[in-house]
Amino acid sequence: MVDLRTEIAGLELRNPTMLASGFLDETGASMARVYEAGAGAVVTKSIGPEPREGYLNPTVVELDAGLLNAIGLPNPGIVEYEGEVKRALSSGAVVIGSVFGKDAREYADVAAKMAGYGVAAIELNLSCPHAKGLGTEIAEHEDAVLEFTKAVKDAVDLPVLPKLSPNVRDIAAFAVAAEKGGADGIVAINTVKAMAISPELKMPVLANRFGGLSGPAIRPIGVRAVYDIFEEVEIPIVGVGGVGSGRDALEYIMAGARAVQIGTAIIPKGLGVFNEVTKEIASVLEEIGLKSVREAIGVAHG
Amino acid sequence: MGRLQVVPLLEVVRETRDTVTYRFRADIGGLPGQFVMVWIPRHDELPMAFSYLGPVKGITVRDYGDATHAFADFLPGHRVGIRGPYGNAFRLAGENVLAVAGGSGMASVIAAVEAFAQQGAHVTTAIGARTAEDLLFVDRANASGEAHVATDDGSRGFHGFVPALAEKLMDREKFDQVLTCGPERMMKAVVDAATKRDLPVQAALERYMKCGIGICDACAFDGQLVCLDGSIFTGDQLARIEDFGRYRRDKSGRRVPV
Repeated sequence: MVDLRTEIAGLELRNPTMLASGFLDETGASMARVYEAGAGAVVTKSIGPEPREGYLNPTVVELDAGLLNAIGLPNPGIVEYEGEVKRALSSGAVVIGSVFGKDAREYADVAAKMAGYGVAAIELNLSCPHAKGLGTEIAEHEDAVLEFTKAVKDAVDLPVLPKLSPNVRDIAAFAVAAEKGGADGIVAINTVKAMAISPELKMPVLANRFGGLSGPAIRPIGVRAVYDIFEEVEIPIVGVGGVGSGRDALEYIMAGARAVQIGTAIIPKGLGVFNEVTKEIASVLEEIGLKSVREAIGVAHG
Repeated sequence: MGRLQVVPLLEVVRETRDTVTYRFRADIGGLPGQFVMVWIPRHDELPMAFSYLGPVKGITVRDYGDATHAFADFLPGHRVGIRGPYGNAFRLAGENVLAVAGGSGMASVIAAVEAFAQQGAHVTTAIGARTAEDLLFVDRANASGEAHVATDDGSRGFHGFVPALAEKLMDREKFDQVLTCGPERMMKAVVDAATKRDLPVQAALERYMKCGIGICDACAFDGQLVCLDGSIFTGDQLARIEDFGRYRRDKSGRRVPV
């Protein structure tokens, strides 16, 4: 039997799959359903200080390459969200709270409230590529990543995992900044800034015009990012971007990730994707003679 | 499957003072009760149930907000984006069917009424609206069976709400399938009436949607997704869903009364 358990900054997971933020995680009952379907942990929708409606539709475009979205960070606000976290926790789910804000103080305040609800870790959405004034500017400045990480670390007693943007020249430098700020781990990557245009209508499809691309097209970008980050930091990495199979997950794990997040693959595969990925990880590891996920982490670095 | 297609409107038909049917051709399938996400360029993208199936599909839209108001000025030749079809369909099981529609809910119900009639079922349709002028697809329902109408102001047919008319019909004859679409409290009354009489019942739910494909959680309905697990739910399912007839989610995800 292959040992599928993994650990990130003291957080023990039954398997290395997590629900990525932004998918089926605005409500507690949906997060519970995903955990019950086999995810090792669920990450909440990114929650801010106040309720936010997000952008007008169209907010998603299905493409051959994956999914383009500009949902615009809709969320009920951290105060209202307490009931959703509690509902998810009541199912036994391991819940990681994703937070955003417009400055370091807002990040810290929201994270502190989220921590109070009983989540196991905090993910910092430092990199939503399509919400004006929220995340984008932060993600583009290494010193801001350091400052925000530090502010949240000072506010909570939980593992803090900044999620980094691939829309920068050197993502590893941002991981280094996060580590200097006290981050307990890195989540990489967020979506890749992208656009789709309707030729008939001569206009971008998304109401926000541009958005973030996820799904199979960005997996090689994510794997490369995790590989580079692994070379530069000591803290654990969670890989995300285009994971839809166990082999995809193992690319990230062998690049250096201790766990992977899954989102877009839910569209073609449904919630069965978590068990499917976990089973395929086990069968591939067995085939190549490895006894645990742990043994596979970072092996591609030789 | 659900890739966006931008297509011209072939026909635009005013049905009532605030409701318009749009016909279009798109390279998609479609079953009674299923919906498409309709992009009204520069305004919004909204879920709309099919009111016509077949090669030239149709949607029938009530003007209830900014985007639907702008849509009311669209003419044949104007282009819209269509993706879908999404959601499950009405289960077409039953020989003696009662369909209960309130307001623009008739848009979704009529496709099922015609499909039931085509397969030989006897279909009774109870159609409710505020006034006689607001009644939708009465002729189509009559062509597929027996139509009864209810108006809030008594200007035509039964004077009162359509669930009361539906209860009278349920007490008059033995139906083996009930389906309903309309305002949620109306559907709740119909589902309760059918359940009380041990009749199988299906209701087409409506929720604010963003993605339409089961990922964004905007249409969350007590752990079910209206876009993917619905939009048709059975009476048995609805009995376990606390939100039904009581709560919906606003655009920010807050739980608010329906």
